[in-house]
This record gives sequence, C-alpha cells and structure tokens, in this order.
Amino acid sequence: MSSEESTQISHSANRFVFQASLPVMFGYIPLGMAFGVLFSDLGYHWIFATLMGVFIFAGAGQFLAVGLLANSAGLMEMFITIFLLNSRHMFYGISLVGKIPNKGAKRLYQIFGLTDETYSLLTSTRLPEWVDPAEFQFKVTLFNQIYWVIGCTLGAWLGGQITFSTAGIEFVLPALFMVLTLEQYKNLKKPAPFLLALVIGIVTLLFISRDQMLLISILLSMSVLLMIHAGKRWNPQAISSQSSQ
Amino acid sequence: MESAGYLFTVIAVMTAATFLTRVLPFVLLYKVADHHILVFLGKYLPPVMMVLLVVYTFKNEDLASTGFLPELGCLALTAALHLMFKHPLVSILGGTGAYMALVQMGVS
Repeated sequence: MSSEESTQISHSANRFVFQASLPVMFGYIPLGMAFGVLFSDLGYHWIFATLMGVFIFAGAGQFLAVGLLANSAGLMEMFITIFLLNSRHMFYGISLVGKIPNKGAKRLYQIFGLTDETYSLLTSTRLPEWVDPAEFQFKVTLFNQIYWVIGCTLGAWLGGQITFSTAGIEFVLPALFMVLTLEQYKNLKKPAPFLLALVIGIVTLLFISRDQMLLISILLSMSVLLMIHAGKRWNPQAISSQSSQ
Repeated sequence: MESAGYLFTVIAVMTAATFLTRVLPFVLLYKVADHHILVFLGKYLPPVMMVLLVVYTFKNEDLASTGFLPELGCLALTAALHLMFKHPLVSILGGTGAYMALVQMGVS
C-alpha cells in the first residue's frame, strides 16, 4: 500500500469514528457545559474544570465532585464515594478483557477513558472491514474525551461570564442521579434494592449522621446487601422477599 | 473556596479513584469475574448508589420542617419528564430549571 492510500484510509477512518461518536458529542458537550457552569459557582479558575475533564473524565463523578467540594467533604469520603459511584466501570472492564487489541500507552489510555458512552459505542458499533478495530477503539475514546473536555471548559469559562443568577443550578446533580436511578430501574425491574437504599439513606440522614451521611449509608447498604446475599446465597428472590417482610 | 493546592489534591484523589475502577478489571478482577459476591454486587450496588445519591440532595435540608418540599417536587418533576420524554437532557434541564425558578423566587 502506498503512503498516499494509507493516508486516505486513515482519513475516512477518522470520518467513520466521528460519525459513530456524534450522539456522544451531542450528549457530552451540553453535559460537560452544565458541569462547567456548576463548577464555576465554586469560584475557582476555569482551567481546573478543564483539568478535571482531562484527568478524571467521569460525568457523574465530576458532578458529584462539585457537590462534595461544596459540602467540604473529607478526602477519604471523596475517594470512597467516587470509587463506588464509578464501580460500575469495573463490570464494563470485565466484559472487555481480551477485547482490546491495542498495546502499551494506547491500551492504558483506552482503559483510562472507558466511560459509559465509550463502552456502549465499543460494544455496539458494527465496523466495516476497512476500519481497523484497534484504531477505532482508540480514536472513539479520544474523540469522546475531546468533546467532554470542550464542554467542561466552555461551561466553566461561560459560567464565569454569566451575569444572571445561577442560584439553584446545583440541582443538575440530583436531577442527574434521579435520571440514572430511573435508568437503573429500567434495567433491573425490581423495586427492593431501591427501597432498601431509600430507607437506609433517610434513616442515616435523620438519626445517624448528617455530615457523614453518604459514607455511612453506603457502608450500611453494602453490609445489608452482603448479609442478604450470605443469608440466601444466590437466590434471585432473596432481595424482593427481604423487603416485603 | 479553598486553596488551589487543596483542589489539586482533590483532583488527584478523584483521578485515582476513577482510574482504579477502570483498571482493576484488567489487572486483577478478570480472574474472579464470575465470583458470586462480585456478580451480586455488580447487579445491586449501582441502583443502591444512585438512590443514596438522590437522598444526599437533602443533606442540608431540615426534614422535620417543609424546607425539603421544593427539592422533592423538582425531583418528582424530573422523574415525570423522564418517564414522558425519555431524554436525559430534557429531564435534567427541566427539573433544574424549575428548581432555579423556585430558589430565585425565594421559595426554597
């Protein structure tokens, strides 16, 4: 293959990646901007929003980071909360082990950038034979992160310029989690774990600790989940019968 | 607002926590991927986390008074919009817009 031909193929591969990732672009830029505007309310320079998009690169995680910063959460609480919030990525990764042809730095980058949306593109895009899967995987990850970083930066920069009141904008965070809860319910179709968490969350808030609510309720919920699991070892009815008692 | 040094530390901690969730399967977890505890947590932990984060909204509200009603109402609106239009941006922007209007009218 001449170098000219190979350049041409690479160009059309870029176009293919761009087209495949368009829906993610339409999601990431507005959502990144919402994060940026929210972040700018904390009063930091916009460059930190860019840095968060570059290094953390996690939608819900970054929104939650703003909430945790605003509530002056401790570093340990931040670590555990973000780790568990993003723990769903572990289950994506497990299903991709052995399916990433890239090596070295590209492989590491792809693992670093494995967001919900990238995962869904990687697992659901049908590749024409002239697109190299390794190149596709790497570029989809890269393009998606570029959209995200653009959104975060634009939002934080605009947020600093906006003159009308943004009071109340922090509600994007609970609204996002409400939406994600409904999406989880659509997948699971069982009310019990949702009710369990609701009860534990409210009880923790009312009677145990307001300041450490998140950490304590996460640990309580995990303990209860593991006890249920141990008590009725892998019986699919375990959780629903537990809550109806 | 804390110092920039503090923010760098926070970003480093969050980067580490996020990266850890993404790299663990490739270096460790794939060996025990079908362990029953991991399968169980993989199924039930995400919904539990989401609900706890919704409840976290009320951290700074007095649940004994009526101060939490605007949040509750706007969460209900977000959910209703999501069930109607099934579009995350519509639900999030609708709920947030309503909450901002309430806050700025002095309701919350």
